[in-house]
Amino acid sequence: MLPELGHLALILALALALVQGTVPLAGAARGDGAWMAVARPAAWGQFLFLALAFGLLTQAFIANEFSVLYVASNSNSQLPLIYRISAVWGGHEGSLLLWALLLALWTAAVGLLSRRLPLEMVARVIAVMGLISCGFLLFMLLTSNPFERLWPAAPDGRDLNPLLQDPGLVLHPPMLYMGYVGFSVAFAFAIAALLGGRLDAAWARWSRPWTTVAWAFLTLGIALGSWWAYYELGWGGWWFWDPVENASFLPWLVGTALMHSLAVSEKRGAFKSWTVLLAICAFSLSLLGTFLVRSGVLTSVHAFANDPTRGVFILMLLGAVVGSSLLVYAARAPQVKSSGSFALFSRETLLLGNNVVLTVAAASILLGTLYPLALDALGVGKISVGPPYFNTVFVPLMVPLLLTLGIGPLTRWKRDRVSRLLGPLGGLLLLSAVLGAAGPWLAYGRLPAMAAVGTALGFWVLFTVLLDIRQRSRHCGLGGLNRSYWGMTVAHLGVAVTVVGITLSSHYSVERDLRLAPGESADIGDYTFTFEGVEHARGPNYTSSAGTVRVSLDGEPVARLAAEKRVYTVQGMPMTEAGIDAGLTRDLYVALGEPLASGAWALRLYYKPYVRWIWLGSLLMAFGGLLAAADRRYRLARHGRDETEPKANLQPVEAGA
Amino acid sequence: MTPTRRNRLILVLVIVVGVGVAVGLALVALSKNLNLFYSPTQVAGGEAPVGHSFRVGGLVEPGSVQRDPDSLRVRFSLTDGAHRVEIEHTGILPDLFREGQGIVAQGKLATDGRFVADQVLAKHDENYMPPEVEDALKTAHEMGVARQRESAR
Repeated sequence: MLPELGHLALILALALALVQGTVPLAGAARGDGAWMAVARPAAWGQFLFLALAFGLLTQAFIANEFSVLYVASNSNSQLPLIYRISAVWGGHEGSLLLWALLLALWTAAVGLLSRRLPLEMVARVIAVMGLISCGFLLFMLLTSNPFERLWPAAPDGRDLNPLLQDPGLVLHPPMLYMGYVGFSVAFAFAIAALLGGRLDAAWARWSRPWTTVAWAFLTLGIALGSWWAYYELGWGGWWFWDPVENASFLPWLVGTALMHSLAVSEKRGAFKSWTVLLAICAFSLSLLGTFLVRSGVLTSVHAFANDPTRGVFILMLLGAVVGSSLLVYAARAPQVKSSGSFALFSRETLLLGNNVVLTVAAASILLGTLYPLALDALGVGKISVGPPYFNTVFVPLMVPLLLTLGIGPLTRWKRDRVSRLLGPLGGLLLLSAVLGAAGPWLAYGRLPAMAAVGTALGFWVLFTVLLDIRQRSRHCGLGGLNRSYWGMTVAHLGVAVTVVGITLSSHYSVERDLRLAPGESADIGDYTFTFEGVEHARGPNYTSSAGTVRVSLDGEPVARLAAEKRVYTVQGMPMTEAGIDAGLTRDLYVALGEPLASGAWALRLYYKPYVRWIWLGSLLMAFGGLLAAADRRYRLARHGRDETEPKANLQPVEAGA
Repeated sequence: MTPTRRNRLILVLVIVVGVGVAVGLALVALSKNLNLFYSPTQVAGGEAPVGHSFRVGGLVEPGSVQRDPDSLRVRFSLTDGAHRVEIEHTGILPDLFREGQGIVAQGKLATDGRFVADQVLAKHDENYMPPEVEDALKTAHEMGVARQRESAR
């Protein structure tokens, strides 16, 4: 009975989404206030019904309702409660429901926090989001109903994929989806502004906090996924340039460009058409990511749907969104006037450089991701593009990006003199280069060129950020700097931390695959790893071979690592649980391979310096984003100032880009 | 030419040149890092390059897995039903590597016909069959059927 109620709630949500997507839009076109006023209640109603549907599906999982096909395919009575709850989004149907729920949540939030916006604008934004929601709800009801019954009911479920039975994976999809779906707000604002012909500073100011929050969630989602891959897949890698990873990285890159371009549009009234195009691209890439990941085109842990009709449906949805939004863009963009002119050396130029580099990076990753698919679809041949391609293309692009990252915030809007900055910056660049070369060389005794470059760029960002803080706080003190500025600063420092982490862990990791019998030792870097042997153990829904490895440094014990090889009983699927001793400057990492003759095991032993910094930096970036979005200015903007004039804001204090 | 226009021209030129260089580098990198896929039949037929990295996929032939007692070296054969390729790999095999399982190996062909794999990939699901392998099996099967028909005639 309850699952049918959930199904009904989905249908009602679709009905409301249809109303929400059409009536306010028509109202805005006719100037009819009553029709436009439908937007908010419709959005809230849709959210309530989707929350109800989601709650009922969760209830079906908690109650082990194996007469529901989706529950029977993704859960088991032996599964611990926390994973029964996270299993709700562990499969295709449920993750779609989560997507739709989060979209409704963002829409409801827009309705709630936009009291000061003109009703016409709000109506259009909510209507555009309603139309997107219609697409996803139709998709769910027509091809992937999570409440479908199974008759006769299964005696027990087929269990959740063991890879997903993990704390990191409980949070990874909701965070990632918050980011993906969050870009729909920036998209809806852009389309609404195009439709209303209101591409002004106010539009950019409204879009900014939403975009930044979505970007922060996406950052967290990607970082969680990378961290999970590191400890769960047992290969010790944190990024594989796998197509599904690229699918989340593409909207992140374009979203980063969008955040910076929005800053120019707000402060200086320039780059407007470009910003709109980026907003369309960021959301389209989010949809493309969903298509790639969910359609079964790519094969990975994420590809649940091998039903071709589903892939075709998402592709049609993608085509409709991209096609219609580009059509609106083509019709309206020529009327957009970008006002602010700027000199060759100015903050605008540097932000333009940021945008060019980020979009080129995104385009080259897109090429490497889609090229094999295109060749396969054309029947030319089966190929794959390996990580070396992505590294060769991506890493060199980051060098100019990080250099401009350091200079950008120090530069003035509109016009600046190179000579003003050349003195201090030249010194800092030299200092960073010396420290970047000396630091790793002293610590590890050898210096690959890229290790020096990466570390030097980390120092460069740190120093320029500190210089910027000193210059800006000279007049107003540290307390006078606003949250938006601190957010930018923290996020930029996060970039530096991540870059140093990536550089040091990729150049100075020591990795060895070994055959070890109990009692034997191996040296990894300065550490001695001693294999103590393997014991058998039982978990709630798996059996396990648990190995212990003692690690010592110069005879002093450092850590005892417990690595496991589990076999999940329901699916008979083996899983590696790595044993990790985490530290700020190094991780010690052990994964069990396979049992060999006479009690020996194949073992994978790693020493990974500074690998934690990769995720620490991502956390800083996400925190910086949230801090910037919490700036008082965005709330003041809702207290009825006249916002149609672009503000030529040249005071350094307010100029947090 | 007004200063604004001149500035714009310089910016556009810089961007065009920069993007052009990036695109060029990307294409070079792409052409160097493409891994082509070959089925065991194609490898046996001599279609695959020697000394250049590529991928080969098929089913791990039951009973063919041999481990070296003192190291991590392992040998097994991959088959698509018609032909087989001997694979040699040193290292840890993925969790889902099993006899009879569809896998993909990446590496180079040695001059003696062995395939030295530096990577062995088995995907995350036990029922999963890499699409390349499925295709290879199907093609080999169809060719076998066609040959039988011919010999029956």
